[in-house]
Amino acid sequence: MSDAVITQEPARSAAVQSRAKVVARDVNVHYGDKHALQQVAIDVPEKAVTAFIGPSGCGKSTFLRCINRMNDTIPICRVTGHIEVDGRDIYDPEIDVVQLRARVGMVFQKPNPFPKSIYENVAYGPRLHGLASTKAELDAVVEDALRRASLWNEVNDRLDQPGTGLSGGQQQRLCIARAIAVNPEIILMDEPCSALDPIATARIEELIDELIENFTIIIVTHSMQQAARVSQRTAFFHMGRLVEEGPTEQIFSNPKDRRTQDYITGRFG
Amino acid sequence: MTDIPASGPAALRPALDVTSDAAKLRIRARYRSERRFRALGIVALSLTTLFLAFLLVDVIRKGLPVFTAHSLVLDVTVPQDAIDPSGRRDAAAIRGADLYPVTRDAMKAAVPGVQGRSAERTLTRLLSVGATADLVERLVAEPQLIGTPLRTRLLLSDDADMFFKAKHEVTSAPGRGVATPDGVSGTVTVTLSEPGFAARLAAVKAAHAASAQVLRLEAERSARQGAVERAKDAATKADALAAKAAAKDAAETLDDTLPSLLVALGGGLVKIETLEASRATGVVLLPFAEAKAYADWRIVAFERPASERKITDQEIAYLEHLRATGKVEAHFNTRFFTSGDSREPELAGIRGALVGTAWTMLVTLLLCVPIGVLAAIHLEEFAPKNRITDLIEVNINNLAAVPSIVFGLLGLAIFLNFFDLPRSAPLVGGLVLALLVLPTIIIASRAAIKSVPPSIKEAALGVGASQQQAVFHHVLPAAVPGIMTGTIIGMAHALGETAPLLLIGMVAFIVDVPQAITDASTVLPVQIYLWSDLPEPAFQQKTAGAIILMLVFLFVMNAAAIVIRRRFERRW
Repeated sequence: MSDAVITQEPARSAAVQSRAKVVARDVNVHYGDKHALQQVAIDVPEKAVTAFIGPSGCGKSTFLRCINRMNDTIPICRVTGHIEVDGRDIYDPEIDVVQLRARVGMVFQKPNPFPKSIYENVAYGPRLHGLASTKAELDAVVEDALRRASLWNEVNDRLDQPGTGLSGGQQQRLCIARAIAVNPEIILMDEPCSALDPIATARIEELIDELIENFTIIIVTHSMQQAARVSQRTAFFHMGRLVEEGPTEQIFSNPKDRRTQDYITGRFG
Repeated sequence: MTDIPASGPAALRPALDVTSDAAKLRIRARYRSERRFRALGIVALSLTTLFLAFLLVDVIRKGLPVFTAHSLVLDVTVPQDAIDPSGRRDAAAIRGADLYPVTRDAMKAAVPGVQGRSAERTLTRLLSVGATADLVERLVAEPQLIGTPLRTRLLLSDDADMFFKAKHEVTSAPGRGVATPDGVSGTVTVTLSEPGFAARLAAVKAAHAASAQVLRLEAERSARQGAVERAKDAATKADALAAKAAAKDAAETLDDTLPSLLVALGGGLVKIETLEASRATGVVLLPFAEAKAYADWRIVAFERPASERKITDQEIAYLEHLRATGKVEAHFNTRFFTSGDSREPELAGIRGALVGTAWTMLVTLLLCVPIGVLAAIHLEEFAPKNRITDLIEVNINNLAAVPSIVFGLLGLAIFLNFFDLPRSAPLVGGLVLALLVLPTIIIASRAAIKSVPPSIKEAALGVGASQQQAVFHHVLPAAVPGIMTGTIIGMAHALGETAPLLLIGMVAFIVDVPQAITDASTVLPVQIYLWSDLPEPAFQQKTAGAIILMLVFLFVMNAAAIVIRRRFERRW
């Protein structure tokens, strides 16, 4: 994606060294009659963590779900506008949604491991996409994913036990392992720590720090501290609009918009 | 909001009243209402339990005897001549042989004093018409046994079998004094040294007096209603009976409305026809050696009057003799499980209906489960939500409430008349029941699929599974326990269904055990219906026995559904 296409760039700063992985322009989302997301435009840099913050119902999760077209599963949801991943319009009818979702993995708010063994949870994606042709290769893929999700040491002796038997934090890391096992380029995280205790949250945050070496991460969070801790860039959503976007430091120390200021200082939300 | 004083709303409302008499009354009323509700619940539960227990006890009490049968165990020799005088010993010859003379002779050897064709016929009628079936099969398997004496089980007729099952009918008491008969056959008179029959005679007179009383009342009622003839008739009968009852020492003629009285002496049996206090005249049913004085004799009574039972005094005499000489054997009724239906109650079995049920259920299951589950998946996961799917949904729910006989009519019109499929066949029965069960399975499967949390499907979609992969890899396996429970309950429903099967001809009398889904057959509930309609008491017993079997099947199926639900139910 060349910069020439980007016409309205609200706060393009020098802090963004890497190129934009996801580019969104004029994105509007309607749920039936409700206009949930209005005119969103953003560039998400590669191999960095971008945090979406904002009060409940502001549209940040809705926008996140547009990036891997998860909103397609909601019949009343209508998406218009332009979202590109690596310069390719993902709402192009020729795009295969399933392939897109393999490239853009997702971790959900509530840990949702399959009611199967830990091994099967991780192996499902690679098997589906033919990433391993032999059992040994598959074992290696599973081990690698679990290691990268820093779960291997805790579960390597009980891979055949159900994933639903793990603790909440472990389950969420299992879900992350499951997402990275198919080797996506982007990982979308929809409030991944909201159901976890502070210790499990800290581990996930550490993990996110490690993962940006290989992945582009977009995280939706309610916790401003979390956004400040893990992200390089932050976008603030309010009432279905993207209010302000920029380097995390700048958003938290010197926001341009009054609403951002009010939100991060705790006036509302 | 802020302009209302803080104490405002509280001041307007009265304080919560917990101490006054009115409050205490309210609390007591609430407790009373709770107690009343609980008491009503307990009453309802007890009533249900009582009814259920009554039903079960009644069915089991009536049905359990069907699992035993009584046979004669005799040494029977089948001579070569009886099969084929020219010496053939093949299966056709053995099966075609008339073994009546052989069994007749064996029975005559076991019972003394059977003279003449009529007595012979009475004796041989105690056996089932299929009594020699087992013997024939044994000879077919081992022809070298022809001509040698074989210890053989000969199945008794249903009446004889029922007699042994109702054990309380014969009483026997030692007689007083010395009894002297004046002959050994035909009609004899037994004279006693003292009035040993007095008590029995008094009982007969008392019975007459009671009957006279009843007739008098009837006469009065008829007279009040203006039925003069009937009133006069009843009054005459009543007078006659009363006269008999009043004449204390006069002889009484015993008819078939009174319990049969017999004198047992010297191994023989005399049935009393005319009774006096110390003398009785009657017919010899079983012979005794000589006409002499017997000090050791007994009064035997068949308490149920002959007019109220299907078996004569003579037959009882034979059967009692056979039992006393150890020739009668009670054994497990394997035939009930190995043979098809029959006009003879003792030969009728449940196997035809069981196999028919199995075939029918197989057809139903094979049709219902794939169609029902796939329809549920399509409606729940793939179909667009629009007017047409709404219409389909409403109709499926309505179909579940359609009376089953309507499905029978549908089956008759479409499968039999239009597609020309065979009548009475499990194929058609299965098709009709599949229609009946389909809505149940679709509804249960949809509920099971709906109860799988969407997060599981989202997780699968999130790693790049297609909608179909997500459904078949994750949603469906998680829904399987619910689907299986629904299927089993639907099949249990189909198992007990009778009405639609009557319409497609599965109500026919079918002797052969069906070998394929196109053979004519019947099913368990229809077999119960058929048997319950027959007059023979033995068939009534078979009805109860078949009901027990069906209840066992239903119980097992429902238990399986519960176990599956308990084992695999997942809390999300």
